Amino acid sequence: MKTENQKAWFFVLPVLLLVAFNALIPMMTVVNYSVQETFGDNLFFWQGLGWFEQILRSDRFHAALGRQFLFTFLILIIEVPLGIAIALSMPRKGFWVPVCLVLMALPMLIPWNVVGAMWNIFTLPDIGLLGYFLNHVIGINYDMTQDPLAAWITIVTMDVWHWTSLVVLLSYAGLVSIPDAYYQAAKIDGASNWAVFRFIQLPKMKTVLTIAILLRFMDSFNIYTEPFVMTGGGPGNSTTLLSIDLVKIALGQFDLGPAAAMSLIYFAITLLVSWLFYTLMTKDDLN
Amino acid sequence: MALELRNVTKRVGADLHIKETSLVLETGHFNVLLGATGAGKTSLIKMMAGLDPVASGQILMDGQDVTGQSTQKRNISLVHQFFINYPHMTVFDNIASPLKVAGLPKSEIQGRVEHAADILKLRPMLHRRPHELSGGQQQRTALARAIAKESRAVFLDEPLANLDYKLREELRDQLPELFAGRGAVVVYATSEPEEALLLGGHTALMEDGRVTQFGRTAEIYRDPANVLAARVFSDPPINTAKIVKQGDTARMGTDVTWTLTGAAAGLADGPYMIAIRPHHVSPVASPEATVTLSGRVQVTELSGSESSAHFDTGSGSWVSLAPGVHPYRVGEMHDFHMDPSAAYVFAPDGSRVA
Repeated sequence: MKTENQKAWFFVLPVLLLVAFNALIPMMTVVNYSVQETFGDNLFFWQGLGWFEQILRSDRFHAALGRQFLFTFLILIIEVPLGIAIALSMPRKGFWVPVCLVLMALPMLIPWNVVGAMWNIFTLPDIGLLGYFLNHVIGINYDMTQDPLAAWITIVTMDVWHWTSLVVLLSYAGLVSIPDAYYQAAKIDGASNWAVFRFIQLPKMKTVLTIAILLRFMDSFNIYTEPFVMTGGGPGNSTTLLSIDLVKIALGQFDLGPAAAMSLIYFAITLLVSWLFYTLMTKDDLN
Repeated sequence: MALELRNVTKRVGADLHIKETSLVLETGHFNVLLGATGAGKTSLIKMMAGLDPVASGQILMDGQDVTGQSTQKRNISLVHQFFINYPHMTVFDNIASPLKVAGLPKSEIQGRVEHAADILKLRPMLHRRPHELSGGQQQRTALARAIAKESRAVFLDEPLANLDYKLREELRDQLPELFAGRGAVVVYATSEPEEALLLGGHTALMEDGRVTQFGRTAEIYRDPANVLAARVFSDPPINTAKIVKQGDTARMGTDVTWTLTGAAAGLADGPYMIAIRPHHVSPVASPEATVTLSGRVQVTELSGSESSAHFDTGSGSWVSLAPGVHPYRVGEMHDFHMDPSAAYVFAPDGSRVA
């Protein structure tokens, strides 16, 4: 017979405290700000859902949200297939495995602001290696401080360089867990390389790929540091992604109420998309 | 359909894993590869399947050289010792996988899969996943895939080794029937001599990367060409002993002698080796068993209707296998009776002489 007692609470308690301090309390503060108006001096006036309405109706928010979805869509559509392709072409055993793995992990080990600074300098038209090469050797007019398209190409390329490795490493982990016997069985079945990928490798990678896409979605949807360092949201507002806009409203204009409402909406969108995606991807496994 | 190996070898690094091997495997009966673990059965199968490269020599299917052809193009099936099914597919899709890859029409796939499932009694499990099946059902799924594919050659690499005893017997009885009349060359690898005898057909005895003898299973059993073949094809292990022939007398050790008859009597005088199966060494005296061996019993085993005893005569270790239950006492001396006319005689180099 099972004995029931309340001991389990003691094990959960430390986690509860930690989560309270680093998530719940800050979040409730944001909720608090989002429904009130303040002029400083700890003086608050009830605002209701006014800020939410204002944000949801604001063209500025719609534009930033649109740019955010475009950015996330672009990096996912590039990083996921590219990551899978690189993982497929990496060696499965032998001397080159650790070499490849370390090379792959390198970009991810660099701090985000350093990545931003690196790419910033790299693409400067007069002194940057890439910028100089494009402008003065090939003769393409490439300047991300002037041209929105160049700015977009640069931040997308930067993210691909920085984070494709994550998809590669997770896909690779899925691939190496496939026993040789399945490849042999597939050969005997007469399967082409495409069929092996479609019916053996892809299903085996599905779980890790779900995690990879989820992580890349959340991370890219919340991206701040690199574009902030590289473009600062410009030229104009062309690379002002949601997080950059949020910081502008909160700390630039000190509109704490609208900023709080916006961060809650932002959070809800991230959560909703992640939940939808995860539920869809794992639906089959539950049956 | 015939599968032919011509002077095939396999190399791993500097080692020759399969020494020059030539075999002609035909349809209509089982072709058993019999040998201990590491004898090269799986290596040979992998070469025939095209999964491992051939170092030298040729592999022919229906007289056509397929040595350099990829596995995908050879139209073969392979069932492993470990049940290999695709874990994320249902039993139906597993059986259908080679047919889907071949691009057959849906209705034909449906028909062939259901036919194979009926033969192997998998009909009620078609919509389950492999992990929801027992080991026997999983292996039957793998066999059904081989049957549904209607390939030119079917390789069964110790397919029953990981199944429990009852199921193994049941499937082994069904196997020859399953593949009969399908026109495929069936190659069956096993390490159990009994299995080779039960499956019949032809047997290739393998030892240390070479085929020591190939022919009809019953003939090889009755008539081993050399001492290796005699050893491989015996369970419990065959008894071997050195003898010296002088005139028509054979002397084993110092005090055991008998009179040689038949072909053995005509051999030149000198040292020979005899091999005699355990069931020709009995604790019960009979008119044919003219040679008596006294030995200290070391190990006894009782398996239902048979008793076996390992005993030491002082000059060598022997095994006796006799029907019925015999009251051996471990550590005590017993007399065993051997029929010398049942012994195979080999020259010192291992080749059979009588």
